[in-house]
Amino acid sequence: MNKTCYNKLIFEVSQSGRTGYSLPDNPWPAPAAIPQELRREKAPQLPEVDELTVCRHYTNMSNNNFGVDTGFYPLGSCTMKYNPKINEEMAALPGFTRLHPAQDEATTQGAIELYYNVQQSLAEIAGLSEFTLNPYAGAHGELTGLMVIRSYHQSRGDAKRTKIIVPDSAHGTNPASAAVCGLQIVEVKSTPEGTVDVDSLRAVLGDDIAGMMMTNPNTLGIFETRIPEIARLVHDCGGLMYYDGANLNPMLGVCRPGDMGFDVMHINLHKTFSTPHGGGGPGSGPVGVRAGLEQFLPKPHVSRSADGTFHLDTPAESLGSISSFLSNYGILIRAYCYLLSMGREYIPMAGKLSVLNANYIKERLKDFYQLPIEGLCKHEFVFDGLRPEYGGDHHDPAHVTTLDVAKRLLDYGYHAPTIYFPLLFHESLMIEPTESETKETLDAFIETMQQIAREAQSNPELLHTAPHDTPIRRPDDVRAVKDGIFKMPAID
Amino acid sequence: MKYLPHTSDDIQQMLDVIGVKSLDDLYAEVPEELKLTRPLNLPHAMSEVEVRRELQRLADKNKPLCIFAGAGAYDHYTPSVIPYITARSEFSTSYTPYQAEISQGTLQYIFEYQTLMARLTDMDVSNASMYDGATATAEAMMMCVAAAKKRNRVVISETFLPAVLDVVRTYAHFHGVDLVVLPAKDGVTDREALQTLLEADNVAGVIVPQPNRYGIIEDFTELADQCHAHKTLLAINTMAVALGTLQTPGGWGADIACGDAQSLGIPLSYGGPYIGYLCTTNALIRKMPGRLVGQTVDAEGNRCFVLTLQAREQHIRREKATSNICTAQGIMCLYVAAYLSLMGAKGLSEVAEQSYAAAHALVDALLQTGQFEMSFPERPYFCECTLRYKGAEGVKALRHRMAEAGFLFGVPAGDDDTLVTVCATEMRTPQEVERLIQALSNR
Repeated sequence: MNKTCYNKLIFEVSQSGRTGYSLPDNPWPAPAAIPQELRREKAPQLPEVDELTVCRHYTNMSNNNFGVDTGFYPLGSCTMKYNPKINEEMAALPGFTRLHPAQDEATTQGAIELYYNVQQSLAEIAGLSEFTLNPYAGAHGELTGLMVIRSYHQSRGDAKRTKIIVPDSAHGTNPASAAVCGLQIVEVKSTPEGTVDVDSLRAVLGDDIAGMMMTNPNTLGIFETRIPEIARLVHDCGGLMYYDGANLNPMLGVCRPGDMGFDVMHINLHKTFSTPHGGGGPGSGPVGVRAGLEQFLPKPHVSRSADGTFHLDTPAESLGSISSFLSNYGILIRAYCYLLSMGREYIPMAGKLSVLNANYIKERLKDFYQLPIEGLCKHEFVFDGLRPEYGGDHHDPAHVTTLDVAKRLLDYGYHAPTIYFPLLFHESLMIEPTESETKETLDAFIETMQQIAREAQSNPELLHTAPHDTPIRRPDDVRAVKDGIFKMPAID
Repeated sequence: MKYLPHTSDDIQQMLDVIGVKSLDDLYAEVPEELKLTRPLNLPHAMSEVEVRRELQRLADKNKPLCIFAGAGAYDHYTPSVIPYITARSEFSTSYTPYQAEISQGTLQYIFEYQTLMARLTDMDVSNASMYDGATATAEAMMMCVAAAKKRNRVVISETFLPAVLDVVRTYAHFHGVDLVVLPAKDGVTDREALQTLLEADNVAGVIVPQPNRYGIIEDFTELADQCHAHKTLLAINTMAVALGTLQTPGGWGADIACGDAQSLGIPLSYGGPYIGYLCTTNALIRKMPGRLVGQTVDAEGNRCFVLTLQAREQHIRREKATSNICTAQGIMCLYVAAYLSLMGAKGLSEVAEQSYAAAHALVDALLQTGQFEMSFPERPYFCECTLRYKGAEGVKALRHRMAEAGFLFGVPAGDDDTLVTVCATEMRTPQEVERLIQALSNR
């Protein structure tokens, strides 16, 4: 990674008269021109750059960036595992990339078969009946899953179920997706141990409850052991259970959401199934349902006939469509490669090793960082900042914050953990190592975290002003809001 | 297993530190009755060469066609440079750029993307992408309702592609928006019928497509004034590549510009990943969904970029957020930025003009066969045109026959099996059109 930032924008390497494209001479007869009043008045101000300048610009820019291929990403809730390269190569096969979504299924049998195979594999892994792979991302999957839940109640003429229960530790997308889906949010508190408070849950149950959204393990990395009871309570009041699959990784092959009592769930292929995050997408958020809910899934849906051919169809009481076509299809190809590479042997192993890695880091760092909740964690865990003896006393206004620790980690060549989430603690620092990392990587990270704790004790200023060795120093976020500059100004 | 690096010694040492005996003991708290006691019923793990064989087998089962169809997915040329750039793993394997100090690469290209899309649409500001054109249109609808506060009705033109209408309908149904589909008149948005609706003074927004589902370039002269006179917002969904030539949403006076930017050289890939765009005016920035990159300075005063106005977003505002969107299309912004940088205004306009010319030559050749007539002969069209097929076999059979011959011949444009919308881009050649015409007459 660059030590100093490559700071130019493409507009600043542009030179009037340069060309970065080539097109054939126009071989067509000139048609009647587009009427003047339908044409844009002025050409857009786009860059004029030659091909090498474009290559060099983006290559230099990429060196300002940190990715999984650059270094370790202990980013809680995000499952930043390795993104295998064969997956990329297979997704670029012309037999897939040249397919138009409007082609008849007779000419896309291979593509639909792949979709079907991923669908079936996910159903087995989730312990559910049927999947749609159409949702584009996790939050889109949540929205789709909630639409299934509302469709279920509507199909029974049960119109008063307009509320959804969300634990206070939930990912922010849960309540946001529920709001987009037209549901009101009922928040339930966590116990001091970080799990759902079953008594508070009981108090909000009623005939207006559409369902409950949960992730298990929860966002503290703790397995909700009372899940059978929770599911029974929600089912008994007529609601459905929604599983936020963001934390599915540790449970692979060990304990399936369907077996825990969940009815609807989404999976983030860009977390659990190794497809790249791409700096914020494209992702994929397949949604699974238990038997009896398949008819509500969005269209188009993929099915297989007895003769071994594959088809696109519309489920009987489909909620409608939620995507222009069949998903971020290229992402499905990558996930399928991962499923095949891992197979039945290694998918459960990935889950177990992710838990091993997380517990190992937790045990070795808890003398330096505050561990608010003891016991086994699953794929991730949360510290509440540095321990008081290492400068982390929250009551001291000059204490070394989680933000300081996170920024100092950047100097040592690590991505920061997730910070200030979940909201249950003041100084949340959430670490998820994934199964991809070697023990050596974890040991080096642990030593660095210990070193940072010692620095916090001896030289807090070093942390308050971190990072020092990154392409840029701490940015002024307040000024970004105040100035409101969201584009390069045009040149008159 | 090459993706799982742990040796048995590693595992033992780590278990010892944790103080448990086995990997299974790491799940001691999970109730036994919930645990899966059999292996997952999945295929056995494959080596890389076996994975390659299986994927090649599936790819070979598909039949790529010579494409004379659009309907939201357009066959434009992808310069070789672009996949090379987007495949750089510093970009592709990075997370959402919350840690600005080590994410300037991502933040810079999103800022470039925002600038390019704002300039292309003549709008004040672009967000950092939506999933696709259809969901971007649905978000535009919800934005209109949020901005209007006390109005819950949105009018959408029937001239939208059915795939987009379907998605918008789904969102409207669940979000509780009173969505009115405005019937088409002679292939375009019915402005008189719209006026009647607007006069009730309860319409939050109007959404129209450009070009529309029939390929027609609609004339939106004074449409914005018509809407604004009733305090109604106007959103225009434009095929991105057409903006190289056609009047812009900003030029028409729209409050929101939305659509799909797949037409900017993004591979067809059986429907995705593509990229939705959403741009708006300064007045509506805080109602805008999705991520936004802003310029600022770092502690040493150097220009840099950060995610900003995050108080609109789900991770801060939870159920009060402007949208639930989190992960969007990330690296597809880089695809668009690289494409527009390489093409420039001149290249983009040339792509638009060549596509326009190719489509017109295609339509002329089809009309000359005597088998087709134009559905809306008076209307200007861009790179798609809707035709009535006179052949007794019907459009469905015709498309099937053409697929056998290696062509994707349009998309059906109605339920009566006679209308088909055909498309041509700069990718097609006069020889391909000739072969298509020959194939049409080979029964």
